Amino acid sequence: MKLPIYMDNHATTPLDPRVLEAMLPYLREDFGNAASRNHAFGWKAEAAVEKARKQVAELIGASDKEIVFTSGATESDNLAIKGVLEFYKAKGDHIITLKTEHKAVLDTCKRLERIRQERLDELKMLRLSQLAETDVTQDNLAELSAKHRIEEDAQYQKWAALPTGGARVTYLDVEKDGRVSLEKLAAAITDKTVLVSIMFANNEIGTVQPIAEIGKLCRDKGVLFHCDAVQGIGKLPFNVEELKVDLVSISAHKIYGPKGVGALYVRRKPRVRIAPIIDGGGHERGMRSGTLNVSSIVGFGKAAEIAREEMAEESARIFRLREKLRTGILGQLDMVTVNGSLEHRLPGNLNVSFAYVEGEALMMSIKDVAVSSGSACTSASLEPSYVLRACGVEEDMAHSSIRFGIGRFNTEEEVDFVVRLVVDKVRKLRDMSPLYEMAKEGVDLKSIEWTAH
Amino acid sequence: MAYSDKVIEHYENPRNVGTLDKEDPNVGTGLVGAPACGDVMRLQLKISDEGLIEDAKFKTFGCGSAIASSSLVTEWVKGKTVDQAMTISNKDVARELSLPPVKIHCSVLAEDAIKAAIEDFKKKRQARQTKQTAS
Repeated sequence: MKLPIYMDNHATTPLDPRVLEAMLPYLREDFGNAASRNHAFGWKAEAAVEKARKQVAELIGASDKEIVFTSGATESDNLAIKGVLEFYKAKGDHIITLKTEHKAVLDTCKRLERIRQERLDELKMLRLSQLAETDVTQDNLAELSAKHRIEEDAQYQKWAALPTGGARVTYLDVEKDGRVSLEKLAAAITDKTVLVSIMFANNEIGTVQPIAEIGKLCRDKGVLFHCDAVQGIGKLPFNVEELKVDLVSISAHKIYGPKGVGALYVRRKPRVRIAPIIDGGGHERGMRSGTLNVSSIVGFGKAAEIAREEMAEESARIFRLREKLRTGILGQLDMVTVNGSLEHRLPGNLNVSFAYVEGEALMMSIKDVAVSSGSACTSASLEPSYVLRACGVEEDMAHSSIRFGIGRFNTEEEVDFVVRLVVDKVRKLRDMSPLYEMAKEGVDLKSIEWTAH
Repeated sequence: MAYSDKVIEHYENPRNVGTLDKEDPNVGTGLVGAPACGDVMRLQLKISDEGLIEDAKFKTFGCGSAIASSSLVTEWVKGKTVDQAMTISNKDVARELSLPPVKIHCSVLAEDAIKAAIEDFKKKRQARQTKQTAS
């Protein structure tokens, strides 16, 4: 067994050697530009890209014409959300998403909200410049808005009802296990809603969302459904027809492919249209311009093919390892809680909070194992994971969480080692923890007046 | 997360981890921080009637820097007078451990823990004196 052990497969996965083999020719002799239509180098590259497109499409039960290659899932998320918003702006400007989505979705939504707000401010200034006796500036905007009751002004209301280029966003709460409530989702949909963006499986707590039910609900209501499926694809079955999803983001490096390449599935029947966010030579049917990253796309295709063929067997094996890790740790340590749903969960995910032990300190003491912490002690904000907080995990427990991500190349021997190491180090850190001592003495930690910093 | 060698050394071999009897009139206990913020430091000092710090013990819930900061100050305060210990500032701790800016908070906690422990000791002594004068 080689140290350190990699158990952070949600962050990224190692390249499968078979994927690398498939890529190499396209980094060497077959270097052509897939857009070069007039010679053999170009044809060969194009053929390789089209093969990969089929391989990726097959993984999600799509047609190859529905796959748009991108630089990764962050770009796919941006393209899906901004692209739909822009294309369908005459229909509406409302988006619904979850508080536990990936930042690539949340921050995209926040930008769209900001754009809308800025546009409304501009309209207010325009209208006030007609009404007010003084010049309107950013500084006196609020004051003049109040004075002229701008929100009630008929002309302003008419302008504000026009498409702004931005969006209104509803960030739905999740249940304690991280799952969306279908009732809350249904209630949030209005006649202005154009898009629902909900992930397949959560990157931190591994919770799997009821995609089929969400798909059906959205289809019934005539709302498009975008799914960031990065963490679940290749681990659990995902079929775009059965699930009725309209747009799907995928990334190669989470399924043992290369980094810097991903795809967006865009449904053809019924047709979904999006405006591009990158303009240029009109590659990828105009939805994503830019010379194709041929070698990486080939690797992505190969990774998708392997994932499809080996998913059932591999997920079962990874699930057994995950359960061994979970029962091994929980069987030997008290006051450990599993975050997220045990029933609806990625096979390789274990997110646990070790009460009275700080996550980053634990990570440091198990440095022979690469994992991830929900504690934000390393960031300037000192705020712990927003995903755990959205699931109602108390702040102290959020600071005490560790995410294990078991993948294709982990072994049973490694899991045994990690269980021993974690149990040993948690005990050691608890011996050093004033909170554990107080809890053991029966002190109610909530009754203490802490000196917050 | 690039820790300095000194942080790692203190983290792996923390000095003076433990608990002193908080009922002992010569022991001052300082408990600072908050679980919700991700760090709680408890520093206990055994102080002679002459004001000399004879022993120091700590327990810390927090990241590597917080543990290293508390371990370091237990070493520093031992053998010092109360007045000398009061002059230890978070800047000294941060400099000694080469803490990055986001970890300065940990050194502030260590300074606060010293002050809180000494204050607790002084309160205890005052209470004792008041009791003695009363009787």
